[in-house]
Amino acid sequence: MAAITLKINGKTETINADPKMPLLWAIRDIVGLTGTKYGCGIAQCGACTVHLNGVPVRSCSLPVSTVANKEITTIEGISSDNSHPVQQAWIAEQVPQCGYCQSGQIMAATALLKKNAKPTDKDIDVAMQGHICRCGTYPRIRKAIKTAAQLITKK
Amino acid sequence: METSTQNISRRNFIKLSGLTGTALTLGLGFSASGKEPEIFNAEAAEGLGVELNAWISIDTNGKVTIMNHRSEMGQGSFQSVPQMIAEELEVSLDQVNIVFAPGNGRKYGSQVTGGSSTIRGSYKKLMMLGASAREMLIETAAKKWGVNKSECYAENGEVIHKSSSKKLNYGALVADAAKLELPKEITLKNPKDYKIIRKPLPRQDTPQKVNGKAIFGLDFKLPGMLYAVVERSPRFQGKVVKFDDTETKKIPGVKHVLKVTRDEFDNMREGVAVVADSTWAAMQGRKVLKVEWDDAAFPHHNSDILYNKMREQVKGDMISFRTMGNTVKTFGKAEKKVEATYETPYESHSCMEPLNCVANVTDDKCEIWGPIQGPDWIQQNICGHLKLPPEKVIVNMTFLGGGFGRKAFTDYPYEAVMISKEIKAPVQVIWTREDDMTIGPFRPGMVYQCKGTITEGGRIGSYEAKLSGQNMDMQNPAADKSTYNASDTEGFLEGYFGSIPHYSFGDSPVESPVPVMWWRSVYASTNGFAFESFMDELSVLAAKDPLDFRRQHLGERYNLLIDKLEQVTNWKARKKNEGYGVAITECFSSIVGEVVKVSKTAEGKVKIDKVWAVMDCGWYVNPDIIKAQVEGSIIMALGAATKHETTFKDGKAVERNFDSYKMPRISETPEIEVYIMDNDEKAGGVGEPALPPFTPALTNAIFDLTGKRIRKLPFSLDNV
Repeated sequence: MAAITLKINGKTETINADPKMPLLWAIRDIVGLTGTKYGCGIAQCGACTVHLNGVPVRSCSLPVSTVANKEITTIEGISSDNSHPVQQAWIAEQVPQCGYCQSGQIMAATALLKKNAKPTDKDIDVAMQGHICRCGTYPRIRKAIKTAAQLITKK
Repeated sequence: METSTQNISRRNFIKLSGLTGTALTLGLGFSASGKEPEIFNAEAAEGLGVELNAWISIDTNGKVTIMNHRSEMGQGSFQSVPQMIAEELEVSLDQVNIVFAPGNGRKYGSQVTGGSSTIRGSYKKLMMLGASAREMLIETAAKKWGVNKSECYAENGEVIHKSSSKKLNYGALVADAAKLELPKEITLKNPKDYKIIRKPLPRQDTPQKVNGKAIFGLDFKLPGMLYAVVERSPRFQGKVVKFDDTETKKIPGVKHVLKVTRDEFDNMREGVAVVADSTWAAMQGRKVLKVEWDDAAFPHHNSDILYNKMREQVKGDMISFRTMGNTVKTFGKAEKKVEATYETPYESHSCMEPLNCVANVTDDKCEIWGPIQGPDWIQQNICGHLKLPPEKVIVNMTFLGGGFGRKAFTDYPYEAVMISKEIKAPVQVIWTREDDMTIGPFRPGMVYQCKGTITEGGRIGSYEAKLSGQNMDMQNPAADKSTYNASDTEGFLEGYFGSIPHYSFGDSPVESPVPVMWWRSVYASTNGFAFESFMDELSVLAAKDPLDFRRQHLGERYNLLIDKLEQVTNWKARKKNEGYGVAITECFSSIVGEVVKVSKTAEGKVKIDKVWAVMDCGWYVNPDIIKAQVEGSIIMALGAATKHETTFKDGKAVERNFDSYKMPRISETPEIEVYIMDNDEKAGGVGEPALPPFTPALTNAIFDLTGKRIRKLPFSLDNV
């Protein structure tokens, strides 16, 4: 066990954890933020995606000790009042069904739109390929990313 | 809108939903003599001793609370149940709070969210409930004004007097309305006057599903709750001989290691649970746990043994399910005939939220929270095992991260209950993805043998389908194996039975240690492939256009759907270098037709260009949710057709995670266009019926393009 300082959504928190514990379980079980989901544990499904210094990463496969003092953003840090354009687009296009994978999908989409304001279908395929949705919301995810791009441009 | 998952009696329902003052509370309940649920006023029902569920309450501020008795696993009951009640109650959805009901079969009737039944099973009753409250409020207002109630109407949470435009808010009327007798006769609204039903209103659960606030089972926590993972026999049905937890107990955070059972169709299965103060610690403890299994008592099946048995049995005697005329004789003397064998694989449900459940068992009570499709089943199951009365077993539903049939099974809550009982603490049991994918139950794979003939006039002379596979209902040790058979015709259009002179559907079930369970659209998910592939083979033999061939055997309702498919696909203008395939199936009282268009890429692979779907589910509530369900069903079917299957080797499932059980990804998703038929037919299911036709429409399209008939699933589009 070790004391590890995490910077999550702009707040600093020191936790006592097994340094090998994946960031996912530290976020969920210790910090208590449950928006980040467990889906596969082997970086195959994308449900656990968070941003590390702005880059989307799979928190299920990152030991918590390796992310100490780095900027971590979870779905809760995108906005809690759904004011972020990606959240607004997700609502406008009625993307979620069960909703379980959508935290990860939204984290990937926000990262994509940050570096590419006008993604093509191909760009969307590449950025979202690592994210499984068992409900099959893919057509709406594609639409919502395009809607979000428009909302961001308008701002 | 807010949600809650707490336990609810009428009194604490009123407290919980923040209702103030006297409330008008109506609900459905069963009187001593009634088999059908009746509508009761809550006050009166208590006097009669009727247990009532408070489906709808309005308080003195005019705040409306509606209870949803079904699971929300993505299919939209969270939206559609309140949408129906609000329509008749004349309130808008933003005036409504929605509360999940706890498991209680005596109150709600069946709560098992299966068979696409939420709407088709209860829509009239739910609407009557809303309409009853509306009429009571109108009557109260009319009395206050001293006018005839026919001069008044309700709109947007108010009663309005037509000629004077006087208005009273529902809140001002509930106290008196609650004292009225229930109206004897209720007229439901004419569909053309609907303001909420049939409108693509946004789902009420979307906002909390885009910011991480929605609470799924895995997110539910209790103070002092511990986390458990369970090492279960890697071979189906293995028993624990002994275990060594020396190393496990050295892992910081591990609190308990114990043997635990789970109930699989009344068969007790065994495992060893590692309980710790975090999920990760429990997983680490499990890694170093040593368990010795006794797995000698059953065959260590592999897929080949299982399928060879089915292939053998499908040629032999059947338990007849539905027959007419004489298919054997007709086939024997026919000139134009065809026979074919089809095979479908076992599948994992693989909900994105792996199985999990929280249980807290105390001396006199058991409470459960989790992603649960059948809360009343679980309540019944736990009551039986713990010898507790229903009021001491409380089953609370969270949101479900997918269900697809798997979460109607009672094994995972049972396991959580047994662990909590033993360690005397609240516990969350988490199935890892590997547990979820390898332990089962699975969608059973099937083998089909179909034989058919074509008459001189180009019609079907006879149609015979023999099935072999595992039957879900036969797993219970008490099942009568000599008589029961699968839903052998599920997926087949009811309309064909009236026009095919000779038909026969029969079943020869196999037994295996592999546990099996409903998977989205159940038997139709695999039957549809065989039935509609064979229909295509018959149309080729008859040298007829596949739409015309079907049309000549079917009545008006089906043909309107076929006309729609023909029109939206521009069927008659299809080009030579493109493949088009059609399939139409029927299950859960809905008919769905799909057309798939394919072409060849420069590298010679098959590419799906587009899918058109026409859904005839009769009376419906929310067209946008229907479209979402159809899109999702098609993509789930695409996975089962071309990406994944569960195979068995040495008595174990081989595919353990998404690296080997591969899911369709966004780049592989074709363009999908969905249409809904408008008619006055009874409400049919929506969550499942669009899945079965996709695969045969795809393989029929591939035949149209390449001349190659695919009869075994899954197959790769890269390698046709």
